[in-house]
Amino acid sequence: MTMDARDGAPPRNVEHYVDPTPFNPTVTEEMTPEQERYYQASQWQIMWWKFKRHKLAVWSGVILIIFYLCVPFAEVIAPYGANTRDSQHLFAPPQPLHLFHNGEFVGPFVYGMTSEIDMETLQWVFTENEDDVQPVRFFCRGASYKFWGLFDADFHLFCPAEGGTLFLIGTDRLGRDQFSGLVYGARLSLTVGLVGVTISIVLGLFFGGIAGYFGGILDSIIQRMIEIIRSLPELPLWMALSAALPVTWSPVWIYFGLTIILGLLDWPGLARAVRSKLLSLREEEYAKAAVLMGAKPKRVITRHLLPGFTSHIIASATLSIPAMILGETALSYLNLGLRRPAVSWGVLLNEAQNISVVTVYPWLMAPVIPIIIVVLAFNFLGDGLRDAADPYK
Amino acid sequence: MIYYIIRRILMMIPTLLVISFLTFFIIELPTGDYISNQIAALKASGEQSSIAKLEFLRKEFSLDRPFFERYLIWVGLWPGPHGFDGLIQGNWGWSFEFDKPVDQVVGPTLPLTIVLNFATILFVYVVSFPIGIYSATRQYSWGDYGFTFLGYIGLATPNFLLALILLYLFNRWFGLSVGGLMAPEYIDQPWSFDKAMSVLAHLIVPTIVIGTSGTAAMIRRLRANLLDELHKQYVTTGRAKGLKENQLLVKYPLRMAINPFIADIGNLIPSLVSGSVIVSVVMSLPTVGPVLLSALQSQDQFLSGFILLFVAVLTLIGMLISDLLLAVLDPRIRLGGRASS
Repeated sequence: MTMDARDGAPPRNVEHYVDPTPFNPTVTEEMTPEQERYYQASQWQIMWWKFKRHKLAVWSGVILIIFYLCVPFAEVIAPYGANTRDSQHLFAPPQPLHLFHNGEFVGPFVYGMTSEIDMETLQWVFTENEDDVQPVRFFCRGASYKFWGLFDADFHLFCPAEGGTLFLIGTDRLGRDQFSGLVYGARLSLTVGLVGVTISIVLGLFFGGIAGYFGGILDSIIQRMIEIIRSLPELPLWMALSAALPVTWSPVWIYFGLTIILGLLDWPGLARAVRSKLLSLREEEYAKAAVLMGAKPKRVITRHLLPGFTSHIIASATLSIPAMILGETALSYLNLGLRRPAVSWGVLLNEAQNISVVTVYPWLMAPVIPIIIVVLAFNFLGDGLRDAADPYK
Repeated sequence: MIYYIIRRILMMIPTLLVISFLTFFIIELPTGDYISNQIAALKASGEQSSIAKLEFLRKEFSLDRPFFERYLIWVGLWPGPHGFDGLIQGNWGWSFEFDKPVDQVVGPTLPLTIVLNFATILFVYVVSFPIGIYSATRQYSWGDYGFTFLGYIGLATPNFLLALILLYLFNRWFGLSVGGLMAPEYIDQPWSFDKAMSVLAHLIVPTIVIGTSGTAAMIRRLRANLLDELHKQYVTTGRAKGLKENQLLVKYPLRMAINPFIADIGNLIPSLVSGSVIVSVVMSLPTVGPVLLSALQSQDQFLSGFILLFVAVLTLIGMLISDLLLAVLDPRIRLGGRASS
């Protein structure tokens, strides 16, 4: 075996090479523009970069924004009012959107429905009338409403044809359009989580802050409290608390009562996170420096410690929103939460309580779909935010 | 170990007291009580004769006493009209709506509630354990991706909606009622083998429905824990020394990863129990769930109070078991003198 036969052996006659440029001793400390950008970026900037890489979270965010557009613009998006009854179309099935009629392009339209009563089962039977083409109108004037309860308007994104109907996902037992119901329901269902989480953040920051900063007896009392509340099953307590809301309250008060109830049982998780973060941050030098310079506890907590974990709080708050949305849905479904005339997804689902009715009119289950989408999206978004919350890791 | 068990059980007593107080406070929140509402209704309809009886009942159940006294009487730490006669003495109160003692109303539902909850916990353990190990040891395989995807869906699908969807689908495709405790033909029949099988078959769907999200969470947790361990050097050392892959897995990393797995199920129990309450309502299972709902709606305070307390105690016992399991597995907890609560 000779040397030449070996793989990877250096070639024999390499010329001695010397780099003519002078040696720069700081070469390892100099940064590429890319690195420089990274080091000079603010914490939030880096978080945003990191978040953007989580594609699923970004798309979930986009979906949620679309859903949340229903909150301010429900009246414009929904073709009907939330409680508008159409006594001619009780339990009408969904009218599918078509584009082509007899092979000809007409744009989005629905076929009109003819209804007759089935004398045997005493149910309305709806059949599509293939000759009755009802094109959907866009940017049109339709049912009038009071925009944000302030001024009268009748502008809609889309409306049924003149004299026609447009029940995209059918109607319920009183002939109320399900699609419009979903759009209006988003208003309460989607905000209930936000308001509830706000309450929970305030409580969590307060108790967690006290426990983590002062420690001692206060800490152990609050810790015990957190443990006990966390060991209780949430839903039965929510049920009991919302059953305690007076029936005579107006829907607005019931709504706020519900958000408080939802927030009331949710704060322990947050408080615990705040406490453990505070305990570690309190030992940091900058916190000690602030104390030594005579800053009061309130200032130390809010000015020096809080900014250190705002991102964590936002992430874990995002993750607890879906539980609240579900809580409201469950309570309203059980008749313990919101009631008509207030419309939320849980209130709509209330119609689906009787399973034999649902078997005949499956579109009553429609609210399940947006609920699952929103809950999934919030979970993905929260995951992405949580990963991004610690950008230096 | 015995010392640890005793201390752990003793620690439950103050917790129980706080919980019972909270429960009592919550059920007393609505203004008035069942009987005074009845009296008001009777007064409105001008009926005087039954009012005297109701007034007597109000005295009998000491509803006319101040709040703290009522609480202590309910728990059995204060003499009521009949001496010490409360929860501690085994008197669970009186259901006004059913006009029966609470134990007769909820009695038949309690065994099923306990069975359902423990079946769910068992389901979560049994399903998530092998899947978690599989996902971790074959990371990024198709199976792993499949389970991760299923897990995400399972985690996010609310259990009562899942129950509703399943009810609908079964009804639609098989014309089968998955709700209820047994097939309709067995109701009021004497117990037989077929009837027992029917009950079991009807328990499967709710168990899966309640357990799905918990299972998904546990799979994720076990996978993450095990992955952390699998990348450590002692595993490489073991492999280099020629240990068989299975033996290596069971002997070292799995033992490390299983600890947080069991600790976590303690945190899951409250959500499992709360899931069982609403799923029972949706699927009309005769557990305490539907009774609680109707008791809350009719303001039947002793009944709802007892059920709330019962459900809370059930979770506490679940957590106790998971803590004890943890102590069996981990000598640091057993001998360390620091309780893992």
